[in-house]
Amino acid sequence: MSTQPDLLYSEEEEALRAAVRDLLTDHCGAPDVIARTESDTPHDQELWKLLTDGMGLAGLLVPEDRGGQGASHREVAVVLEELGRAVAPVPYLTSAVVATEALLACDGSAGLLTRLASGRTIGALAVALHLTPGAAFPVVRVEDGLLHGGLTGIADASAADVLLVPADDGGLYAVEADAVTVVPQVSLDLTRPVGRVVLRSAAGHRVGDAEPAVRRALRAAAGLLASEQLGLADWSLTETVRYLKERTQFNRPVGGFQALKHRLAQLWLEVVHLRAAARGAADALATGEDVDVSVAVAQAYAAPVAVRAAEEALQLHGGIGMTWEHPAHLYLKRAKADSLAYGTAGAHRAALADLVDLQAP
Amino acid sequence: MTDAAELRRRTQELLTAYPPASTDRLDFLKARFDAGLAWVHYPEGLGGLGAPRSLQAVVDAELEAAGAPDNDPRRIGIGLGMAAPTILRYGTEEQKQRYLRPLWTGEEVWCQLFSEPGAGSDLAALGTRAVREGDAWVVNGQKVWTSSAHLARWAILIARTDPDVPKHQGITYFVCDMTDPGVEVRPLRQITGEAEFNEVFLTDVRIPESRRLGEIGDGWRVAQTTLMNERVSIGGMRLPREGGMIGPVSKTWRERPELRTHDLHQRLLKLWVEAEVARLTGERLRQQLVAGQPGPEGSGMKLAFARLNQEISGLEVELLGEEGLLYDDWTMRRPELVDFTGRDAGYRYLRSKGNSIEGGTSEVLLNIVAERVLGLPAEPRTDKDVAWKDLAR
Repeated sequence: MSTQPDLLYSEEEEALRAAVRDLLTDHCGAPDVIARTESDTPHDQELWKLLTDGMGLAGLLVPEDRGGQGASHREVAVVLEELGRAVAPVPYLTSAVVATEALLACDGSAGLLTRLASGRTIGALAVALHLTPGAAFPVVRVEDGLLHGGLTGIADASAADVLLVPADDGGLYAVEADAVTVVPQVSLDLTRPVGRVVLRSAAGHRVGDAEPAVRRALRAAAGLLASEQLGLADWSLTETVRYLKERTQFNRPVGGFQALKHRLAQLWLEVVHLRAAARGAADALATGEDVDVSVAVAQAYAAPVAVRAAEEALQLHGGIGMTWEHPAHLYLKRAKADSLAYGTAGAHRAALADLVDLQAP
Repeated sequence: MTDAAELRRRTQELLTAYPPASTDRLDFLKARFDAGLAWVHYPEGLGGLGAPRSLQAVVDAELEAAGAPDNDPRRIGIGLGMAAPTILRYGTEEQKQRYLRPLWTGEEVWCQLFSEPGAGSDLAALGTRAVREGDAWVVNGQKVWTSSAHLARWAILIARTDPDVPKHQGITYFVCDMTDPGVEVRPLRQITGEAEFNEVFLTDVRIPESRRLGEIGDGWRVAQTTLMNERVSIGGMRLPREGGMIGPVSKTWRERPELRTHDLHQRLLKLWVEAEVARLTGERLRQQLVAGQPGPEGSGMKLAFARLNQEISGLEVELLGEEGLLYDDWTMRRPELVDFTGRDAGYRYLRSKGNSIEGGTSEVLLNIVAERVLGLPAEPRTDKDVAWKDLAR
């Protein structure tokens, strides 16, 4: 490895961040997100329209000649940081990253890819959210050209217009949502719900081979999830610091107590490290250099930091952190679910053992 | 404006005039300094060309390719990292001319006389006195943890010149001649068995007024320049993957499968990840500096490396099993520099305990991060408006 990854943000990336953050500030306030989690439509379709129709963000990874923006994983990472910071209930990671990456690995998918890039069609890969890149994944049966079976733990399934379903003939099938039944599961993460997908003689269109498509999709997802986790952790730290400067106890701002200052400084240090790890993975995915190690390193580091940041935020907010109306719980639920998504830290460390030749006993 | 092409041209000129193969090492280093290629961001006439700091890499790469001798930067680290930037910023023209060239070539080694037995983390509490007598200052006191004092020609020194004002205001910064009468250096044997540090006793040492650096009573501000540069250099090394302490332990793991256990495997992988992420963080900091956008990340790098070094070296001792019960050599020696890789795991384990103490304890650095980076309220202070002489000691 002679070249170093570019770990900074370009001016264009900072401009993109500012635009996304402005939009989320205006259209994704915490009280609305909390209210929406208890409604029949956990996903914010208006916000999705603003992000995709308005800003073209669903097509960042798609080449221009296929209707996309022809950007890279670096820009997607910046968008995910901001979506994480707002725990935005939109299927961006699942549709604009996972389903899109799966289709980019397939030949027979041009039309669908263009639909996903526009954001007017939402896609979901029908592989359980917790699976590690490279892990075996359940498939459905193909009989007489129709699909039969059930798949659980599918993230954002209820929002999807098209599901990409792996089948026992090795193919990946695009199935329109009205051909399947989606049964919502009660999810730990209220802002990225999972569901069960049931196929009974469902018609599908084979878009390519499942194995390489799923592998590519999950690897990009794992690498870019670190940026969402960075956004979550950064919000948790920033909001806790702000609160502890205002909140007084024993006639002093709580943030002036050394025990708490040290905890926050330690957390800051971990967030700084997480930023480097997440940037490393995004840049590796964009350049194709050193991808497997960079993704595994980022994912092995990111999840514990994001969870700890959310847990510290809750603890340091005291009683108010335990309430439903304060958004801390949304971040904790998302951070904990993220720690399982696309492989746990332990699973990525196990992958690293092979990649960097540190074999188990 | 000096650009990369111009620096390459000048470097080639130097190599032509002083072919490394047939030139004496010191002569080459002097010529390099005089050509402005020592530290290109320094001013002309002082070893530089006033070029952007980032272009130093261009010069270094050309010289390395040509097999040119270097100035052994680790051996003269205190001079390069702490004394030089302070002299450059606060020194008189005469002082810059006198000190910088032999400092850079390594002819004169520098040490740093800051810490005292009663003033470590609370450095501004120092009690070494400097009293004006005509054209000189008479210094009395004791310093501690002084690396390289037994090799040094010069020292940067802070001493109290006014005990009647609050502690930060009564300090003055000097250059001390280590060969002067009254300077006594005693080895300070440490936990590792060796004496990397010294105690320095100063008894009626006369420092001429011409060796004062900065204004009388302004020493604390001058020292901030020194300390900032120290922390940057401690945390700002550029490393390849597995370039730090994780390297030797990974190597042992690969070469000696009989030592492996599941528990150690889990801990090794976790630390490997953390070491790689710390390396990326350092690299990101370096890229920010090159881009002219220094971030606050530097404040935390030393904290991260201290903890990592300690955990990794502790794991390494355990990994070695029966060998972990042994130690390579307890002989009291006075090394020229800290050599982590030349010694065994037990040495690394013990020496790394100092990483969270030297150059500011981790606890004090956490306070600094909390206050300066996160903007949290400062610790309550009882020493702020009290004359130094009235403080508890």
